[in-house]
Amino acid sequence: MQLPVRSFDAVIVGGGGSGLRTALELSQAELKVAVLSKVFPTRSHTVAAQGGVAASLGNVEEDNWHWHMYDTVKGSDYLGDQDAIEFMCRKANEVVYELEHFGMPFDRLPDGKIYQRPFGGQTRNYGERMVPRSCAAADRTGHAMLHTLYQANLKAHTQFFIEWMALELVRGADGTVLGVTALEMETGEVMMLQAKATVLATGGAGRIYAASTNAFINTGDGLGMAARAGIPLEDMEFWQFHPTGVAGAGVLITEGVRGEGGYLLNKDGERFMERYAPNAKDLASRDVVSRAMATEIKEGRGAGKEADSILLKLDHLGEEVINKRLPGIREIARKFANVDPVKDPIPVVPTCHYQMGGIPTNYNGQVVVPKDGDAETVVEGLYAVGECACVSVHGANRLGTNSLLDLLVFGKAAGEQVIRDLNEDGRLHKSLPKDADALTLQRLARLDGQKNGERVSDVGAEMRRIMQLHCGVFRFPELLAEGVRKLKEVAGRAGRTEIKDKSKTFNTARVEALELDNLIETAVASLVSAEARKESRGSHDRADCPERDDEKWLKHTLWYKDGDRLEYKPVHRKPLSVEPFEPKARVY
Amino acid sequence: MRFSIYRYNPDVDEKPRMQDYDIALEPTDRMLLDALVRIKAHDDSLAFRRSCREGVCGSDGMNINGRNGLACVTKLAELRDPVVIRPLPGLPVIRDLIVDMSQFFKQYQSVKPYVINNDPPPEKERTQSPADREELDGLYECILCACCSTSCPSFWWNPDKFVGPAGLLQAYRFIADTRDQATNERLDNLEDPYRLFRCHTIMNCVEVCPKGLNPTRAIGKIKELLVKRTV
Repeated sequence: MQLPVRSFDAVIVGGGGSGLRTALELSQAELKVAVLSKVFPTRSHTVAAQGGVAASLGNVEEDNWHWHMYDTVKGSDYLGDQDAIEFMCRKANEVVYELEHFGMPFDRLPDGKIYQRPFGGQTRNYGERMVPRSCAAADRTGHAMLHTLYQANLKAHTQFFIEWMALELVRGADGTVLGVTALEMETGEVMMLQAKATVLATGGAGRIYAASTNAFINTGDGLGMAARAGIPLEDMEFWQFHPTGVAGAGVLITEGVRGEGGYLLNKDGERFMERYAPNAKDLASRDVVSRAMATEIKEGRGAGKEADSILLKLDHLGEEVINKRLPGIREIARKFANVDPVKDPIPVVPTCHYQMGGIPTNYNGQVVVPKDGDAETVVEGLYAVGECACVSVHGANRLGTNSLLDLLVFGKAAGEQVIRDLNEDGRLHKSLPKDADALTLQRLARLDGQKNGERVSDVGAEMRRIMQLHCGVFRFPELLAEGVRKLKEVAGRAGRTEIKDKSKTFNTARVEALELDNLIETAVASLVSAEARKESRGSHDRADCPERDDEKWLKHTLWYKDGDRLEYKPVHRKPLSVEPFEPKARVY
Repeated sequence: MRFSIYRYNPDVDEKPRMQDYDIALEPTDRMLLDALVRIKAHDDSLAFRRSCREGVCGSDGMNINGRNGLACVTKLAELRDPVVIRPLPGLPVIRDLIVDMSQFFKQYQSVKPYVINNDPPPEKERTQSPADREELDGLYECILCACCSTSCPSFWWNPDKFVGPAGLLQAYRFIADTRDQATNERLDNLEDPYRLFRCHTIMNCVEVCPKGLNPTRAIGKIKELLVKRTV
């Protein structure tokens, strides 16, 4: 092996909310931890989360984890694993209180407790009516949380490798994960980071779509690394389209706007959600609202010159409430939509927002794959948390505010699991195989040596166009099949990308080319999985199979890069301690 | 539209230079960052940081027509043509528009930016009245973009000794937090001719903050507390 090696107890790839939460657990246990991040940690995409983090604190109204669990199972369209969902909802209060103790600047109620607001699909008494469950810091909850977690890691003396990009997972002959190779952007040096535990916390890959709320950095690096290392990706057909991205710009407008009392209008000024979800109305779950909006636009009731957007009205909340609870939204609307929401509605469209699928894990954050007839064999040494992981708590559709909860609960749980694994079996570093750096060096050499190749920006744009057109809110069998064909062609082109700039110092062209490889793996996994699932469930809506089909399709998809093949595995329908929630028609 | 951009790549350039790009913008290009991304598609050697593209992550601070700001929330329509873009002033340039922010973060870290409370945590949340929580508004929203500190002459001259507006804003954010018990320790940490008192209320920081925050006011409050403490 040519690369220099550095060794750690644990390497965490990603410095967003989940990675920082895991890092905190490990640093406090005095393990030798390295957190790799492509960006300074507070620039990670958790920073853009707005509306809140779910926990049944019951600070405003009576609430409990059973109701939260029911909402989450129903929200997932029954594809979520009920053991993991129970685990998450039961742990919610604990991790939110901990975050408050770290210094999180939550908004407060008159009695000094954490402020809570209603959010889509979050109800009391098994769907009776909406309940305030979202713990919020104005509309900057993700920002406040990410900074708080980074600050807690400063206090715990976590070691950061900032502006390092992980390139490949390294596995031993027996499949054990032994660490990652990584590129230090400032110097252009590549290194092997050996670890007894490798935690992927790389976030989502929403940049596979042309219109996305996601940051530029959300390129599915962990997914690409896992896929290339032979690990399947789970449920990648399920992408959440957030109802309210600013039309044209894609920037997120929190569901908290509707939680505070805002609502959607079509061009006739009709509050159309009353027709689609008579009970929850604008606070139905996101897949339901996005489909209703897309239907309104499709049927000619869209607003604006091109009749291609929906109006989000909140002026009736009054300037005081908007400035107090939704100040960031006012700022975004003025900058990106040229409207002041105190006076005028914001034009919005459903926009790619969140990846429900990801690297398959159990609720302790361990990566699990089928092996010798066991659907969930633990991959030694590998863990995944946050949006890049599929536990699965979100199933076919995530509820708003459950993602920040996910990263706290499973970030912590994975940290605890790593500590158990390292302490109990006294795990030592295994020797690295001779060819540990082979794939890394081969990819870099290919890129540097490419002649007459493709421009990274062209290939990326084509991929995003295909995903947008062929794998959107509504999906059609011919378009899906054609999309798969086109995307494979683009994947071929991605293997011939060329960068003009070959220099070493902070070469962002090289970084973007390497990111594109990861985006392509994610896009192929998503489109191939979507084409194969012949039913409509949660965010996956097929024109030719408009109904959910529990008999044939109440199962998780697994996509393997090797052979571009699909397998399926059962959903965990048995919770940890309570009776299962049986699938039934989903009405809001 | 013409963009005149500071270029320096230590691998190939002996010294920095300005490079002009004339590009045809599309109607969808609204912000300066959109233009930079378009330029990079044609010249992949141009290096700059960016992430959220909505003004919350703080990656793309740069000097735009002489004023520090975030490229992603700077409207092209409001910029004078040609647009002159340079890296944030006062910090070492790594390459093109990318500066070495180590000194900036070191100062941030020096104020112990986390709640210090040695009481055992309660079973539930530590309560805080809405009025006490309001004291944190205008402080916790900082995105660490460094637009303020790198527009401050005092920080230019003494980046190793003066905490700078961003760090001091965070110092006050924790002093102002009713859950924090380390006010005295925090004031000790700042009672120094350089760390705090190099602020001469020039107020460039307030002028450029893309989040509309007011570090000068926070610095004033710290000074007030120090005065109160001595009398």
